[in-house]
Amino acid sequence: MDQQTDIRFLLNGQEIIARDAPATRTLLDFLRIEQRLTGTKEGCAEGDCGACTVLVGRLQDGALRYETVNACIRFLASLNGCHVVTVEHLTGPEGRLHPVQQAMVDHHGSQCGFCTPGFVMSLYALWMQTPQPTVTEVETAIQGNLCRCTGYEPIVKAALAVNSYGSPVHDHLTRERDTITARLAALQPAGRVVTGPDDDRAILPADVDDLAQVLAETPQATIVAGATDVGLWVTKLMRPISPVVFVGHLEELKRIDLTDTALTLGAGVTYSEAESAIATAFPHLNDYWARIAGWQVRNMGTIGGNIANGSPIGDTPPVLIALGATLTLRNAAGQRTLPLEAFFIDYGKQDRAKGEFVESLSIPRPQPGQINAAYKISKRRDEDISSVAAGISVTRTGDIITDARVAFGGMSATPRRARAAEAALIGQPWTKAAFDAAANALSQDFTPLSDWRASADYRLLVAGNLLRRFFLEQDGQTSVRLDVA
Amino acid sequence: MKDLSPLTGAVHHDRIHDSAIKHVTGRADYTDDIAEPAGTLHAYLGVATVTHGTIRTMNLDRVRQASGVVDVLTARDVPGVNDLSPTGRNDEPIFPDTVEYHGQPIFAVIAHSRDAARRAAELADVSYDILPHATDALSAQAAGLPQVTDPLKLERGDVAAGQATAPHRIKARMTVGGQDHMYLEGHIAFAIPGEDDDVIVHCSTQHPSEAQHMVAHALGVPLNAVTVNVRRMGGGFGGKESQMNLFAAVAAIAAKRLHRPVKIRPDRDQDMTATGKRHDFVIDYDVAFDDDGRIHAVDGHFAARCGYSSDLSGPVTDRALFHADNAYFYPHVRLTSRPQKTNTVSNTAFRGFGGPQGVIAAERMIEEVAYALGKDPLEVRRTNFYGTEGRDLTPYHQQVTDNIIGRVVDELADSARYQARRAEILQHNAQGGILRRGIALTPVKFGISFTATHYNQAGALVHVYNDGSIHLNHGGTEMGQGLNTKIAQVLADAFQVDFDRIKITKTTTEKVPNTSATAASSGSDLNGMAALDAADQIKARLVSFAAETWGVAADEVRFLPNAVQIGAEVVPFDTLIRRAYMARVHLSAAGFYKTPDIHWDRAAGKGRPFFYYAYGAACSEVTIDTLTGEYRVDRTDILHDVGRSLNPVLDRGQVEGAFLQGMGWLTTEELWWDDQGRLRTHAPSTYKIPLASDRPRIFNVALAEWSENRERTIKRSKAVGEPPFMLGISVFEALSMAVASVADYRVCPRLDAPATPERVLIAVERLKAG
Repeated sequence: MDQQTDIRFLLNGQEIIARDAPATRTLLDFLRIEQRLTGTKEGCAEGDCGACTVLVGRLQDGALRYETVNACIRFLASLNGCHVVTVEHLTGPEGRLHPVQQAMVDHHGSQCGFCTPGFVMSLYALWMQTPQPTVTEVETAIQGNLCRCTGYEPIVKAALAVNSYGSPVHDHLTRERDTITARLAALQPAGRVVTGPDDDRAILPADVDDLAQVLAETPQATIVAGATDVGLWVTKLMRPISPVVFVGHLEELKRIDLTDTALTLGAGVTYSEAESAIATAFPHLNDYWARIAGWQVRNMGTIGGNIANGSPIGDTPPVLIALGATLTLRNAAGQRTLPLEAFFIDYGKQDRAKGEFVESLSIPRPQPGQINAAYKISKRRDEDISSVAAGISVTRTGDIITDARVAFGGMSATPRRARAAEAALIGQPWTKAAFDAAANALSQDFTPLSDWRASADYRLLVAGNLLRRFFLEQDGQTSVRLDVA
Repeated sequence: MKDLSPLTGAVHHDRIHDSAIKHVTGRADYTDDIAEPAGTLHAYLGVATVTHGTIRTMNLDRVRQASGVVDVLTARDVPGVNDLSPTGRNDEPIFPDTVEYHGQPIFAVIAHSRDAARRAAELADVSYDILPHATDALSAQAAGLPQVTDPLKLERGDVAAGQATAPHRIKARMTVGGQDHMYLEGHIAFAIPGEDDDVIVHCSTQHPSEAQHMVAHALGVPLNAVTVNVRRMGGGFGGKESQMNLFAAVAAIAAKRLHRPVKIRPDRDQDMTATGKRHDFVIDYDVAFDDDGRIHAVDGHFAARCGYSSDLSGPVTDRALFHADNAYFYPHVRLTSRPQKTNTVSNTAFRGFGGPQGVIAAERMIEEVAYALGKDPLEVRRTNFYGTEGRDLTPYHQQVTDNIIGRVVDELADSARYQARRAEILQHNAQGGILRRGIALTPVKFGISFTATHYNQAGALVHVYNDGSIHLNHGGTEMGQGLNTKIAQVLADAFQVDFDRIKITKTTTEKVPNTSATAASSGSDLNGMAALDAADQIKARLVSFAAETWGVAADEVRFLPNAVQIGAEVVPFDTLIRRAYMARVHLSAAGFYKTPDIHWDRAAGKGRPFFYYAYGAACSEVTIDTLTGEYRVDRTDILHDVGRSLNPVLDRGQVEGAFLQGMGWLTTEELWWDDQGRLRTHAPSTYKIPLASDRPRIFNVALAEWSENRERTIKRSKAVGEPPFMLGISVFEALSMAVASVADYRVCPRLDAPATPERVLIAVERLKAG
């Protein structure tokens, strides 16, 4: 079979064939420099401000799904078979403003206007998905959009009013859904796609078997799913990452399997895709999940990537370790499964051999008596990297703590369990004293660092206090947490 | 406010931002969106990797040889003066011999693409003779680093005598952090060479005349060779008042040298490391007071981290002292500044310009007094407000004659139900518990005018074309504040024509020369008056033409909506203009304005630096988590004075935005340097400005509609850009109250800014430990 050597996608109404697209070419540069579509702005080039927000529509199980993404860290090569929608596509042919745009104008939602196209796109996606949102839903939809002028009040008011300007039923993306679906279906490649120059090569495997094969052939390749971390290696650090193997399009890695005993997530499942299964199986993760990055990043980033990059401050590993998750790795020779905590060996070092990739993650559902909590501490509530993240799973049998798994991020070179704290809990009666003892034991478990996110003293103090919070919450005390109060 | 006027866009009425539709459609062009002429090159800065050191060798061979590179610029390649200092102190080289902060630009590379230039800039081989460094004001002072400019002293009365009569005295220190502007559009300059010495620079700047001046200075050409243009900025906040100089100069030097258009746009990390920020301060205060909470004497010392050069640190630290009284009368007062040199990027203007750091000192002193006496801080605030006869003189000897703070605070305390809610919060906290609440109502009084008196001038250029359409140009710049909208409203009002008849055009040094920065909240005050002057000149000619032609007295000519009444006849505006043109009436005018009655003697510390004051107050309620230090703003109520608003909805937007920015300064926005002198919070991933979910859960904002400027300002309005920034202090003081509750309010918490969750928790722990 011939390999496809270009990247084909729809941009607004037009079909694009990007020949020899370098692996690290960003969508934003493509839009602004090559297409002169300058409505999409660069504010930070690291996926943290949202000025470059565009929609990407893609087929999933045959259905067309539009999501906001940060064009600044989205690689062009990852868009094969997708529909990119920019702010220029919103205005009607006769120049009439889109309901989102009209609401923003009428509510004075722009001042300097530089962030505005990005907000418009986020609000557009929200309106399509939730035409009549609550304030909280609006705030969640624009977690990934910074505005320095307005104080957000008029933007939120505009978002709440959009539906009174028009219904998504009449939106052109809704009306053209079948056409776009058919056009995208026609763009899906028959096999592997390889494109870009030798020193900036992009490879899109045909399927997971092919991925294993590609990695066997080029074990030095950089695996990219959502690019929410690797994107920054390129845009900020200018690090060479060729060849790049893109995996975000592989449907087999997007499987979500919820049974009575476990939730299994393919490594390519994004935070957004996992959201409803997580909420069903692990309701304690609900609030926590919505505090992972911003909406655009949750639409791109994968849980597999969050684990595979081995960061000590990733949001998901501590809570998954506490739940007893296991990880399945694969290469051309086969699969192996290991407890998640065993994957993290040291700072920057994971138990992943060359040619191996993370295939899936399995999280056992809570047993009777198992009490779970997830806490994130950060300087800013939303869209911030945690200074401390905690996953706490404690099994209470009668008045005795019979099991405890306590894991922290931000406390050491890897996300890991607090064995001394766990030991201080197991076998003890369910009392404040037991949790105080566990909190005090954390100083045996961890010697955290001081940096710009938090000092070592604060990290240790707050980590202990999170154990105390856990006890107080379970002890029936109300109002021990801002989010719940 | 309902628009009852027959004119669209009339003054004193709500009107959308003139670019709102372009904003939402992505059709508003910022500097990086201007179509590039063929052959455009891109520049990028190469920066130092040490904090302080002399450059021993700099080998740029690998940079020159890198793919796509066309040229490299170093200090030797500056044709004019290698200096960017806005106050002419010659202490801010474009490229230095001695590196004075980590990340300081030391050369520039020019390439065919920005990407190529950016990659090549990493390839320099530079060796340094390392020198010791000090990055904060106190360690720099201890290390013997000088002050970047002369300090200021304001003194009135006899501090020692005031202290002697007061039964109580508190001395304490507060550290207040700086702030990055985090405008969404970073710095950018785009230079297009012309014939002879000429160069045109498109630049994101609040101060085109300054950029023009610096480009001319760096090129060694007269000002008339340089044109600087800016249609709009994607935010400025003071960060583009002088900091664009570097980019404008580098782009212009390269463009003239290579005879090619050259654009330079740093990435966000370089923007944040290589351009200045709000000054952080260490404030030592000594407040003497009596049992009623009445302040007798204040002795305050304000040391600021100024960075390696003076930039605007002189006037910034001056303004901190000008506002260290906020709304309070100090019978005896001595205020001193220390503009301390440090090995950090040179700090600069930022909304409030030092004022907020002065105001927060005043508010902290009030809190100290209240805690010491067990009083409601609001009571202490009211006790010390400026009054009449003998209680109306500022530390700089200006009489406060337009004081409305009492009424503003009373109305807000009523509408926000301050007393009842405070009682309820005290009761809540008395029950103990993990979550504690706090409430604070803080005032602001802010002086309006540039303290450099000569800056208080402005020009405008208005043309009426013979089809009746109007072209508006003025010296102010649009950074989102709606300045152009307001001035077009002034013009619409003057000519009595619909808003849409007026074309708003880019700011350019070609049309209005010698302009001042759009800063100090003065944009509409100054430029609005200048535009009005231009309109009045044209109107006078029209009136005289009409009176003569129709044979009526001048006072029988009146401008009606889109028409002119001449005697008994009503003539459409277009018709009059057409006839005036045919009769060879001059339909263009240059307007000018200078603020009257202001003067300032810095050496004596006396004068009337401010034309008037703007007032406001905010009441904020917060909840803190005493286990983690996390917090939430539950409610904020604001009543703010903008005089007679030119455009209430835009002013409200300024108030809301300024409040949240002020809150960010005091809560989550933290600048953090490591022990090697590197700023480690230099992008939105590490530097956290407020998000939508951080804004108050309930947010009530009102303008004091009864207020009217007592001075003859443009339509009796008041400046709005900076004053409401300080309303964010209400959040800080509410957090302080919630913290204080863990020790039953016996102690004023030692809480430094920004009050991150960490600082809140540490303050809680400190009080718990007793």
